[in-house]
Amino acid sequence: MIKTIAFAIFAGLLLVLPLAAGDYYVNLASQILIAAIFALSLNLLVGYGGMTSLGHASFLGVAAYACALLSGRYGLGHGPAALISVAGTTLMAALFGLIALRATGLGFLMITLALSQVLWGLAYRMSNVTNGDNGLSGLTRPAPFGIPLDNAASFYWFALIVFAVAFVLMAVFVSSSFGSSLKGVRDQPRRMAALGFNPWMIRWITFIYAGFWGGVSGLLYVYYNKYIHPTSLSTTSSAEALLSVIAGGSGTLGGPVVGATLVMLLKNYASAYVERWNMLLGLVFLFIVLVMPTGIIPGLRKLASRKKGASQ
Amino acid sequence: MQFWIIQGLNSLSLGGLLFLLSSGFSLIFGLMRLANLTHGAFFMLGAYFGATALRSYEGLNLWVAALGAGLAVAALGGLFERLVLTRLKSNPLGQVLVTLGMSFIISDLCLVLWGGDPIPIPTPPSLSAPTRVFGFVFPTYRLVLVGCAIGAAAALYLLLERTRVGAMIRAGVDDMQMARAVGIPVTRLFTLVFCLGAGIAGAGGVLGGPILSAYPGLDGDMLPLALIVVILGGIGSLLGAFVGSFVIGFIYTFGTALFPELAYIILFLPMIVVIAFRPQGLFGRVGA
Repeated sequence: MIKTIAFAIFAGLLLVLPLAAGDYYVNLASQILIAAIFALSLNLLVGYGGMTSLGHASFLGVAAYACALLSGRYGLGHGPAALISVAGTTLMAALFGLIALRATGLGFLMITLALSQVLWGLAYRMSNVTNGDNGLSGLTRPAPFGIPLDNAASFYWFALIVFAVAFVLMAVFVSSSFGSSLKGVRDQPRRMAALGFNPWMIRWITFIYAGFWGGVSGLLYVYYNKYIHPTSLSTTSSAEALLSVIAGGSGTLGGPVVGATLVMLLKNYASAYVERWNMLLGLVFLFIVLVMPTGIIPGLRKLASRKKGASQ
Repeated sequence: MQFWIIQGLNSLSLGGLLFLLSSGFSLIFGLMRLANLTHGAFFMLGAYFGATALRSYEGLNLWVAALGAGLAVAALGGLFERLVLTRLKSNPLGQVLVTLGMSFIISDLCLVLWGGDPIPIPTPPSLSAPTRVFGFVFPTYRLVLVGCAIGAAAALYLLLERTRVGAMIRAGVDDMQMARAVGIPVTRLFTLVFCLGAGIAGAGGVLGGPILSAYPGLDGDMLPLALIVVILGGIGSLLGAFVGSFVIGFIYTFGTALFPELAYIILFLPMIVVIAFRPQGLFGRVGA
């Protein structure tokens, strides 16, 4: 009961945020929402599927590039451009899944990393398509149902709606019976196979679903920035999402959101004072893995249950 | 004809460099079950160390610089292994994440210390004159580099197959529990192998310097190539790293020369073929 009320208050606060806060904070919140969708989609693989990917930025970056190219260079409308780029990204996820899921564990991690690095290299080198290191600029935001998203508040609400839909659909995914079989495959792949499940197929479907949501976050990313650069495909970008998942708590729904919030806040505040974001990112990685290996949300939960145990 | 021969030699020298990078990666993975994502950063760090040493001491020999940089990087690698990685023994994922974090820290530190401009590493004067073989002109340094890689491969092979330490390492790769049970100091071997791998990578950075120079982003350029080599050749296999390095050296060099924009896609292909038909890699015994 308390949980529901707290959640309702929190959701209400999120809704009215643009009325109370300035543009800077509203934009920051939009960025957090985008990062949260991205981290949630990675969490499907890392937390629920036990597949640690270091190449998730592929999906964000490819969807963003596809959308930028289709709407910017080829003059497609925003609707079809969005549809095609997300569909294309999902298809690419199916392909990448076929390759990467030949291995599990560290092999999977290395293959996803290699694949994403190849895409990153392509984005740099194929400068007649991607404009190389200069990136693609001069993009526009869509105007769904005739509502332009050009001011901070309207874009924030748009991102909030997408986030809510993504959150609910991913929550449904992991709490469904398919989600249970996914967790089964994560913990006991051989027993699941003996029970008649197909671990590979379960992993593959999850990989595609995660790729789809990665693509959706890529769309929001390019709409927000109105600009796309190869760094969106870089290991740093994948690592930020992985850090969000692990810092918040992998295998929980709230964890990646909390993690993404922390990482984005850190990125924004730190980069206002120092230019050394990569170093800070590395240090935070070391800190989280060495000090808080299970993440913030499970850590807090453990703390809460200990308190409950003490009061009983 | 000249084009093919020169590109062939370039492929060989890139293959040699890749071997210096990927053999250590593969050894570390084989023994420690650790995907060391800091490896590209070790290579870059070696290149910067070498470039700085050669710049500040006029007339310093490239080989001495490579040896010194290799030792320095090996020492840093050993520190990292002792201070950080050993704490995460039971947490392989944590280890990978820490090496990733470390690679970010090192590459950013290099950017702070050495700035954004590439630092060239000069070719040793005695090797800068081209060599003529059968009327074809070869850059001598590249030939020597290939020789270095083959020498390193032979040395590593002898170390692993013909020495007591090598036998211990192989025992650890095959069955860690059993190796511990018969009294092999596996923990010390871990440090040794990590230092060795880091050191070869660091020395490789210097030796690659006359071709690649030291620049920010060198780690990000080299690490994926090493990953592809290791995936292709089989993780933990020295022979696999050797064959894989030269295969990738050829594919990447000719890909870049013939289809400059598609070189990265061409890199995909052998990897996909191998993963599809032999997920453990060409010479790997077990999947990762």
